[in-house]
Parts: sequence; C-alpha cells; structure tokens
Amino acid sequence: MSGGFLDQIFLRAKEWLLSPLAGAPDWLIQIVSSLINISGVLGVFLTLFALISVLERKILGRMQNRYGPNRVGPFGLFQPVADGIKMLIKEDVVPARADKVVHFFAPILVAATAILTLGVIPYGRNMTPFAIDGGILFFFAVGSTTELAVFMAGWGSNNKFSMLGAMRAIAQMVSYELPLLITTLPVVMIVGSLSPDAIVAAQDGYSFGILPHWFVTTPWGAAAFILFFVSGLVESNRTPFDVPEGESEIVAGHMTEYSGFKYATFFMAEYFGMFAISGLAATLFLGGWHSPIAALNSAHSRRSNHELRLEIHASDGVHLYRRCRRLALPGARSGRLALVADSDRNRLSHAFAPP
Amino acid sequence: MNSVAFLIIALITLSGAFAAATLRKLIHAALCLVIAFVGVAAYFFLLGAEFVGLVQVFVYVGAVAVLIVFTILLTRREVNGTRGINWSGATVALAVFGGLLWTILKTKSLAIAAPQIEPLTVKRIGEALMINYVWPLQCVGLVLTAALIGAVVLVMEEKR
Repeated sequence: MSGGFLDQIFLRAKEWLLSPLAGAPDWLIQIVSSLINISGVLGVFLTLFALISVLERKILGRMQNRYGPNRVGPFGLFQPVADGIKMLIKEDVVPARADKVVHFFAPILVAATAILTLGVIPYGRNMTPFAIDGGILFFFAVGSTTELAVFMAGWGSNNKFSMLGAMRAIAQMVSYELPLLITTLPVVMIVGSLSPDAIVAAQDGYSFGILPHWFVTTPWGAAAFILFFVSGLVESNRTPFDVPEGESEIVAGHMTEYSGFKYATFFMAEYFGMFAISGLAATLFLGGWHSPIAALNSAHSRRSNHELRLEIHASDGVHLYRRCRRLALPGARSGRLALVADSDRNRLSHAFAPP
Repeated sequence: MNSVAFLIIALITLSGAFAAATLRKLIHAALCLVIAFVGVAAYFFLLGAEFVGLVQVFVYVGAVAVLIVFTILLTRREVNGTRGINWSGATVALAVFGGLLWTILKTKSLAIAAPQIEPLTVKRIGEALMINYVWPLQCVGLVLTAALIGAVVLVMEEKR
C-alpha cells in the first residue's frame, strides 16, 4: 500500500478490524471485508444525508429571509433525528386496492439501486468499495434500473396521479440518460478504461504546481462537465427538472400514496442518487480524490511528494503542451480508433519520453 | 464456491422464470421476469464476462423490462386476468427441456476440460468489434437506425 499514514488511515483501520480473522478461510475474509465496506459506505452516506437535508432547509430558509429549523439541536442540526423518529412512528397507509407486493418493493428497489451506484465511486487511494473493471457501465446499468422501480411505485399505488407522475419521471430519466452517457464517452475514450480507478489515476499530476490535471481543466472536459452536470440534475429530479415532484400539478407524483418510512426511503434514495451522480462527476471530471492544489498532497502522502518534485524539475510548459496534444488527438498517437488502454503508462515516463 | 454460487443463481433464475410463466397478475409476471434477467446477468459475471453481464442489466432490465411493463400498462383491459398453469404449454416446455438435456448429455466434448480463457475485458471486445467485426457492426448500426426511424414514423402517423 503506497502513501503516507493519513492517506490510508481508513484502509489501516479496516486491516486492524480484519486482523482477528487472519487464519480464517479466504471466502470468510472476503465476506467480512465486503461487509465492512458496505457498513462504511452506508454509515457515511446516511450521516451525510441527514446533514444535507437539514443544511438544505436552513440554506433555503436563509434565501427566503427566515431561519430554517433551529429548535431541535445546536442550530437545528438534530432535526433529521426528529424527522426520522416522526417518519418511523407514522402509520403506514397502503391504499386498499393497491398492489401490495409491488407497492412494498418499489421504495426498496429505488433505495437499493441508489446505494449500489454508490459502491463503485473511488473515495480515496485504494478506497473504492467495489473496484470492478466496468465500473462506469455498472453505474449506468444500475441507474437505469431506477426507472423500473419508479414505475413500480406509480403503478402499485393504483392512483392516476401516481401513474402520471411515474410516467413523467420515467420519460425524463430515460431522455437524459443519453446526454449523460455521451458526455461520459470522451473521458472513457481518453483514459481507455471503464474503471473509475483508472480514470482517477489518469488525472494525477500538476502543472506549474497549481493547475491540476483534472479533465475539467481541458476544453473538452469543461464542456462535457457542464453537460454532465445538467444531465445529473435531471437524473436526480432537482430544480429545474423537478417535474416529478411538481406539487401543484400531480401532488407528489409517484410518491403520493407513500406515508411514513416508505416516503423517507424515497427521500433518502433521491439524496443518495444525488450523492452518486456528484461522486461520478467528481470521478470523471474533477480528479476524483486528487486535491486541487499540489501543496495539499505533500502534507500526507510521501509518494506524490516525490512525483511533485520531479514534475517541478521537468519542463512544466513542455509537459503541459504534450499533455494537451495527447489529450486532444487520441487517435493520432495510437493510430486507430480502438480503445487502447494506456492508463498504465507512467506519468513520469510520459514526461521524459519522446512523443 | 463456484458450484454453490451456480446453484443459488440457478434457483433464483428458474423460480423467477417459472413465476413469470404462471403468475396470475401480468405485472407481477413481468417483474418476476426481471428477476430472471438479473439471474442471467449473474451467470455472465460468474463466467467472467463482466461487460456482457452489465450490458445485460442495462439493456434487459433497464430497457426491455420497462418496455414490457409499459406495454402491459397501455394495453391491458382487465388487471386480474385468468392465468394459471397452461398444461399444453407446460408439456411442450418439458419436452423441449428433455430434448436439450439429452442432447447436452450425449455431447462427447463435455469430457474435455474447458480451456482457461482470460477474463473478457472491454479492451478485447473493442478491438474485436473494430478490427475483426467492423462490417457486422456497421450493418447492425444501420438496422438499428432503420428501426428507430420506423418507430418515429409509426408514432408520427398516429398523431395526424
């Protein structure tokens, strides 16, 4: 494991947790390791969901010249706890002629797909919960299952408003899957790999010590990032694309007939979807877990410190030119359109080798 | 470990498919068919073809299943249709299954151990598509474009 102490602190904690199982069979260690990954992801994102929901209400309140929630804890920060308890003790109302099985499984499926997409995003060096080779494709494949779950919610409620809301939500999500995928294509073509880890590793390095080699700093990356951002807004049903939640038109859309904890599950799944899309945007365009300033890296990681010194000593202008040329003409260097993986080419060898 | 996973996925897929064939409500049957699709994708993952498994989820669960449920939604007349076990269909299915089983068991090449092929990466698929199979790829693209244009034309004529 490369990197300094602080860089890999979560991995070391996980190793410490797994150390009692040193002599156990391989499959048991794999299962426990996966369980630790899952509980870590869930713990972090549930806490973040709680914090973000209260922050959103407070910020929206401030924009509207009022306080947000400020009664429950210090500055109202324990409001999600009160909300959670309220949702739990509410009566679970299911319409009499609703399709009980479909009505029950819809929020579960929506939440499950949202949490699955959170699993392929690299959160740090060597810190991807499920590092599979087709990570980006996995993200979009599972994301497209969300439409089926929304349809189940709309149909299972036996309610015309729910059905209409579900149709609108599905139409919106299906329409904007296309720009979402197409804006991901340049990144995949440049990197030559569908693995999020490879995409993040390709954005390593800094020019002049301050300009990170994130894809958003390239012209094509900036354009793709803007389009990806807008498509991500649509996929998460956020303003100005919150047609599925248009309260004056279709009540609550496909979530109309859900009360109590099932509604909280929908709410949570929406926020998890937002986290996942934002995480993917960070992975694809904003350098993943790479910091924006080179100086922040040297604080905790010895390996990138070494690389940093070599970058500064090499001719930064030439390197920047070569990088732009390489990134602007993917076909010219390799000579054919196939996805030739060159993500394993070392950055250092690229800086010193002839083009 | 491999055979345990195989058995579990087989149970899930077969029960999903059986439920899809025999459930009373059509939407329930369609959703159980989705379980069968996911089971087949799990088989692709077990065999080391990750890309194919993911595309299976993407295309079948994300698109074909949505198409099926929309079709059921837009064309149903009665929700509680009288379905149940179709005995003639079940007989035909059992006969086909028996024939396939006999054929597979009689195949001599089963005794040879399968060669250890490396896991199928996207890079190899891309190279094969662009170098060896570039003409079939272009033909498939042409057929898909024709299908898309046909679908748009069909919808347009209804609105006039």
